[in-house]
Amino acid sequence: MSDENILTEDGFSLTALQAGDKVEFARLVDAYYQVIYRLAVKILGNPQDAEDILQETFIKAFRYLPDFNGRSRLSTWLYRIATNEALMLIRRRKPDAISIDEPRNGDEQDQEPLQIVDWCCMPEQEMLSSESREYLDQAIESLPTSLRVVFVLRDIEGLSTLETGEVLNLSETAVKTRLSRARLRLREELTRYYGDRMGRKPVANEGGR
Amino acid sequence: MAHENCKHLLGSLSEYIDGALGDEICAEIEKHLAGCENCRVVIDSLKKTVYLYHVTSEDPQVPDGVRNRLMQRLDLKDLIDK
Ligand SMILES: [Zn+2]
Repeated sequence: MSDENILTEDGFSLTALQAGDKVEFARLVDAYYQVIYRLAVKILGNPQDAEDILQETFIKAFRYLPDFNGRSRLSTWLYRIATNEALMLIRRRKPDAISIDEPRNGDEQDQEPLQIVDWCCMPEQEMLSSESREYLDQAIESLPTSLRVVFVLRDIEGLSTLETGEVLNLSETAVKTRLSRARLRLREELTRYYGDRMGRKPVANEGGR
Repeated sequence: MAHENCKHLLGSLSEYIDGALGDEICAEIEKHLAGCENCRVVIDSLKKTVYLYHVTSEDPQVPDGVRNRLMQRLDLKDLIDK
């Protein structure tokens, strides 16, 4: 065995990880379990499912690390495992539902703006109240899966277009198109919601955050 | 948004707010925006939409116990501090 120690760009010893070093693997788990958990919650909309996917992701990661070829970032590779696990769960739940990879006909279109209300001047505190945050989550859940995963990876997790394409096996053009559709749909949903709230008196008790 | 020009620009707005478009198409969009209030509202609310999801991207907090159960499942529990 050589003494060569290959480091990943996020500072893990790939050599140790691929040799099955559990201490190094525990470090990796600690660095990424929160982002993977959140990713799963946002794709699946359910904490229990998200926890299952989190566990499956790291079980698979440990098993397949020796096959990791270093062509993508290690974090991208983890996102890829987690996303695939989440999509498989959705497929198992709804086997006759539309394909996740191919958008349905209706999803092929840009959401034409129907709601033209300027809600941007609303106080940020109100836009980010706990009720509003719940609505933000609901709006993501209302997206078709093929658009939702792209939006979550790009705009919530902050992956680049290229990385998102690597995670989902999509061209950069396809990522951009789906991101555009997702954003326009969410804009429509949020405009309906915030536009409606602008017409109301502020709720007396806005609660916590 | 009934206007044909507005529809024509719709597919470019997402890349426009990312600053990912070339000068020529940006100029075309800005020229249109100067004379179209509806599209200005759509652009602003599109930006705000992306912004709101960005600032809430650290939601939700990972519940207590998730990390422990994960480490247990991975058989790593003895290796880590609680
Ligand atoms: Zn217009």
